[in-house]
Amino acid sequence: MIPSLTSAGEESSPARVTAHASGDKRFKILEAHIKKFQARQDALIEVLHKAQELFGYLEDDLLLFVAHRLKLPPSRVYGVATFYHFFCLKPQGAHTCVVCLGTACYVKGSAKVLAAAEAAAGIKSGETTPDSQLSLLTARCIGACAIAPAVVYDGQVAAKQTPEMVLAQLEKWREPCKATT
Amino acid sequence: MQGDDLAAIAEKHQGSRRKYCLRTCMSAGCMSSRADAIKKGLDAEVKAQGLEGEVEVRRVGCMGFCGLGPLVGLDGMKEREILFEHVTPEDAPAIIRAVQAKDHGLQVADPDHPFFSKQMRVVRANGGIIDPERIEDYVAANGYRALYHVLTDIRPAEVVEEITRSGLRGRGGAGFPTGLKWGTVAKSPGARKFVVCNGDEGDPGAYMDRSILESDPHLVLEGMAIAAYAVGADQGFLYVRAEYPLAISRLQTAIRQAKQLGLLGGGIFETPFTFNVDIRIGAGAFVCGEETALMASVEGRRGTPRPRPPFPAERGLWGCPTLINNVETFANIVPIINRGAAWYAGIGTERSKGTKVFALTGKVQNNGLIEVPMGITLRQIVEEMGGGAIGGAKVKAVQTGGPSGGCIPAEYLDTSVDYESLTKLGSIMGSGGMVVMDDSTNMVEIARFYMDFCRDESCGKCIPCRAGTVQMFELLEKILSRKATARDIAMLEELCDLVKHTSLCGLGQTAPNPVLSTLRFFRNEYTELLQPEPAGECAASGQ
Repeated sequence: MIPSLTSAGEESSPARVTAHASGDKRFKILEAHIKKFQARQDALIEVLHKAQELFGYLEDDLLLFVAHRLKLPPSRVYGVATFYHFFCLKPQGAHTCVVCLGTACYVKGSAKVLAAAEAAAGIKSGETTPDSQLSLLTARCIGACAIAPAVVYDGQVAAKQTPEMVLAQLEKWREPCKATT
Repeated sequence: MQGDDLAAIAEKHQGSRRKYCLRTCMSAGCMSSRADAIKKGLDAEVKAQGLEGEVEVRRVGCMGFCGLGPLVGLDGMKEREILFEHVTPEDAPAIIRAVQAKDHGLQVADPDHPFFSKQMRVVRANGGIIDPERIEDYVAANGYRALYHVLTDIRPAEVVEEITRSGLRGRGGAGFPTGLKWGTVAKSPGARKFVVCNGDEGDPGAYMDRSILESDPHLVLEGMAIAAYAVGADQGFLYVRAEYPLAISRLQTAIRQAKQLGLLGGGIFETPFTFNVDIRIGAGAFVCGEETALMASVEGRRGTPRPRPPFPAERGLWGCPTLINNVETFANIVPIINRGAAWYAGIGTERSKGTKVFALTGKVQNNGLIEVPMGITLRQIVEEMGGGAIGGAKVKAVQTGGPSGGCIPAEYLDTSVDYESLTKLGSIMGSGGMVVMDDSTNMVEIARFYMDFCRDESCGKCIPCRAGTVQMFELLEKILSRKATARDIAMLEELCDLVKHTSLCGLGQTAPNPVLSTLRFFRNEYTELLQPEPAGECAASGQ
C-alpha cells in the first residue's frame, strides 16, 4: 500500500489531546508535532528529533510514548533510536564539547585535542562527567574542514582549535560551578 | 505566477539595489568566527554614517576561500571588487572607510590568485553573491527561468534527452550517467513517483553539498522540480544531515518562500504540474548516503541497505519508482537547461563532463571550496590553487573519495581529475573531498583512521562488512603496535579482497580502498613496522 503523503489519512483525525500523566507540558508540544505529521509512521525520525530537542535525551518512557502515538511496536522505535548516532538515550551534561574527527581535522591534530579534553575531564569520548556538567563527544565530520581542527562548544563551532584552547574552554565552564560550591 | 511575474520580481529587486554592496559571508565556516557580529557591525556603521541610500550590507553564502574567513566582499568600486579577509566585528569602520575610497589598512585577498582565477563557477555561480534567504535575490539572478522554460516549452522526454546529451554524471561519487537514470525512472510504470535529493554528505573532509545548500538552496529546489517534471514525479524529499543545522534552516526558508510565490505546490506556472518538497533530517549514519539505506531512512526505518536490483529507479520509496541524485547533481541541472547541453558537454574531458566542486583541505596553504573543470590535474589544484603544503613541507599524498577512496601519492599529481583516471589509481572521484597530506603524515595511521570509521559506521546487516572491518582494524592496530609479521599483511590483503567482493553495499565494498591504496603506494611504511617471522614458522611456511 502506498501511504498518502499529501492528504490526511484516517489516522490523522486528531485523537483528543490527553495530557500526559506526568503533567509535563513538553509532551503536549510533542503531540502537536506528531499531529503536524498526521501521526504518519514514516515520520518516526522527525518525531524523535523533536522529542530529543524537547527533552534533551530519549528515555524509555518517551520512546514508549512515541511508539504508542505512532502505533508502532516499541521494538521498532527502540531500533531506530539506537541505530542513529544522533539520538542519545542517556542524559547529557550541562555543557557539550564535540570534537570533530573528520579527515581534515584528523590530519591537523584533532586526536591530540580530544586526548587533552579527555585527560582534563577525566572521561572518555561519549561519556558524561559524574557531576553531569560536561559531555564529551566526537563527530565524524561537521563540514567545517577549512577551519580544522574544529570543536563545537554548546552548539557553537570554534575554528582552528589547539589542546590549550580546549582546556581553556573546559576551565571556563568549570569556573561558575566552583564559585557556587 | 507567470514568466512575466518573474521578470517583474527581478526588476523590482534590481531597483532596490544600492551603489555599493558589502557581501558578508554567512556560511557555517565564517559563522564560527562571528560573521553574524560582523554583519551587525556593518549594518550599524552604515546607519551611523547615514549611508543607507548608498551601501547595502548583504548576507551571502560561501565565497569559497574559507581558510581566509571571515570574508567580506565589496562591490561597486571603480576598479574591481575588494575581498577583505580575516575580518573581525571591530573592522566595520575601516570597511566603511574603504567604501569611501579612503585608506583602510585591512588585509585584502588577491583576486588574481590562482585559487580564484583557475576556478570555473557553474554550480557555485551564485555562491557568495546572492542572499540565500531571499528568493527575490535568486529570481533576480535569473532563477526559476529554467523551470518556466521547461514547463511551458518542452516535453518531459526532451528534458531527459537534454540531460543525457550534456553528459552529466552523478556527483555523489560513483559517476552514473544522470540522463540514463532519469530515463529509467521516466519509463518505469507507476502511479506515483518520487524524487529524492541525497544531501547526506557523510564523507569526512567534504562540505561541498553543505555549502551549496547554504549558499543557493533554490538552485537545488529548481533542479529537483525540473527532474520531477522530467520523470513524472509530484513529491520530492531532501535528505539533509542533522549536522548541518544552517543548511536545514535555509532550505526550510527557501521552500516556504517558493510555496508563497507558487513555485512549489500545485499548478506551477499555471500548468498542471504539481511538485512538493519535504525535508528529511538525517540522524548521523554514514551508511544513509547509500541510496537504498537512504530510502529506508526516509521511510522512518533503520538505515540499512538492501540488495540491488531492483534499483530505486524501478522500486524505490514505498515500492514506487524513485529518482535519487546528489545535491551537486541537481545543482547542475539549471545551468544545463539555461545554457544548453552542448555548452555543458564542451567543458571537461571526453567521458567526464562539466565542473566539479572540491573541498580542498588538510595540510595545504589555501583551504576552501573550489569549482574546477574536469580534466584539471591534481598538481594544478594542490600546488597552484592550494599553494602547496603548509610551512614548506612536501606534499606526500592527496586523499580523494573519503573512506571509499584512496591516497594518491605525490608522484601521480599530474593525473587528470576525472572519474576514470582516479579509479585507475585505486581511488575514486567521490563526492569531492580532497585532503592533502604532507610528509609528516603516517599512511598506516591514515588507513587505520578510515577503517575505524568504517567499523563504526557499518550498519551490521551483512557479515563481510560487519566482521571484516573489525578484523581489518585490529590487524592495522597490530601492525602499528609493531607486533605484526608479514603473514598479517598477507591476511590483511586477503580480507580486503573478501570484504570488497562480498559486502552488500557500497560502504563495505569500498571500505578496503584506503588500505589497498596505501599498501600499493606506501608499502614500505607497513613493512618497516613488521617483526621478523619466528624461525620455526618460517621454515614451515617455506616448505
